[in-house]
Amino acid sequence: MEKRIRVLVAKPGLDGHDRGAKVVARALRDAGFEVIYTGLRQTPEQIAEAALQEDVNVVALSLLSGAHNHLFPKVIGLLKGKGMSDVLVIGGGVIPDSDIPGLKEAGVAEVFTPGTTTAKIVEFITANVK
Amino acid sequence: MDIATELLAGSRLALSRAITAVENEYDDAVEIMKKIYSHTGKAQVIGITGPPGAGKSTLTDKLVKEYRRQGKTVGIIAIDPTSPFTGGAILGDRIRMNDLTTDEGVFIRSMGTRGSLGGLSRKTAEAVKIMDAFGKDIIFVETVGVGQSEIDIVKMADTTCVILVPGLGDDIQAIKAGILEIGDAFVINKADREGVERLNIELEMMLELDQDKGEWRPPVKRTVAQENTGITELIAVLDDHYHYLVESGQLAARRKKRTKDELVTMIHDDIGRYVSKKIIAGKEFEEILSHVEKREKDPYTVVSEIITSVLK
Repeated sequence: MEKRIRVLVAKPGLDGHDRGAKVVARALRDAGFEVIYTGLRQTPEQIAEAALQEDVNVVALSLLSGAHNHLFPKVIGLLKGKGMSDVLVIGGGVIPDSDIPGLKEAGVAEVFTPGTTTAKIVEFITANVK
Repeated sequence: MDIATELLAGSRLALSRAITAVENEYDDAVEIMKKIYSHTGKAQVIGITGPPGAGKSTLTDKLVKEYRRQGKTVGIIAIDPTSPFTGGAILGDRIRMNDLTTDEGVFIRSMGTRGSLGGLSRKTAEAVKIMDAFGKDIIFVETVGVGQSEIDIVKMADTTCVILVPGLGDDIQAIKAGILEIGDAFVINKADREGVERLNIELEMMLELDQDKGEWRPPVKRTVAQENTGITELIAVLDDHYHYLVESGQLAARRKKRTKDELVTMIHDDIGRYVSKKIIAGKEFEEILSHVEKREKDPYTVVSEIITSVLK
């Protein structure tokens, strides 16, 4: 009855910049979502475990360091291992177009590169959340 | 297996899903609560409250680490405000507790206040029960220190800890009505800051005047959570208070009162819901409403008629 979309916004790996993640978090809040922000330098294990404890519908990963091809699939694998395979995983950050098909194959529902409007992210989540 | 059975068997996912069921008022929430109720009542519940920026999450993080060293398992419910305009919320307390995330003996759940009347306290109380039934020894409830929620915390916590910091404007601000009465222990965090002596003296003076606590005189402790200073001393205070509650019979008395309050609230809620469904959503209600609107009938008569018809 009072179901509210819960989103974990997380920054995996060694990356010291989270302005983008904070802007997205704020936009999601304004769209009426509950946003759990975990801060910088999270390991995939921490992200998957936080997603489980918070029972989120969406995990939004932001990464600027270039390690996305390794870290995004790792988070997805850990989520599955915890029985959280119904979670929508999206990614964002500095990600080359050529890497996107591979990430999607690994289970990332959508990748948002720089220049994407926050409205587009909100729209995607609303349309695809389970 | 159903969620309740899995939860009692130790599934963390089931624990998480049970809290969601309660929070979202899913149909199976009541069934889950029915099945786990007999397993509740064992945990020590500690409320943490205080103004924003007092360092509640950092302090909780350090206390939890100390409890873990003692071999106890811990549940944390961290409450943050929901926007009254959009219904959205940023739940950010995990940031200060990140290295607890992967400790299997700790479970952290963030909750938004979601603005429903009285809804938060009941849902938080149920989340406490769920963690209790799961087997957590200690459960922290950390609230936003603004509005009504810090008063509600008293209803579910065995020990309420009020966290203050020096230098938040006029020191008397921090000890206005409400806050002072609910504290079983007072903590001056960030005690390396200027103004700590003055705040300490003011607190002690106010506590001298407060005679309602029976034999328990709430102590004032100083901590610098960031540097782990004063944490073991604070744990000793929390232990002392819990022993006091047990030995004085206060724990039993508080829990009896809590059970009664919960029961009364549930009766109120369920009758309210029944009336809403039967009367307010019914066809005749529009007609009744228009009578009142046109001043053909008064609301006092209407309400007593409705109550008579419901109770017959």
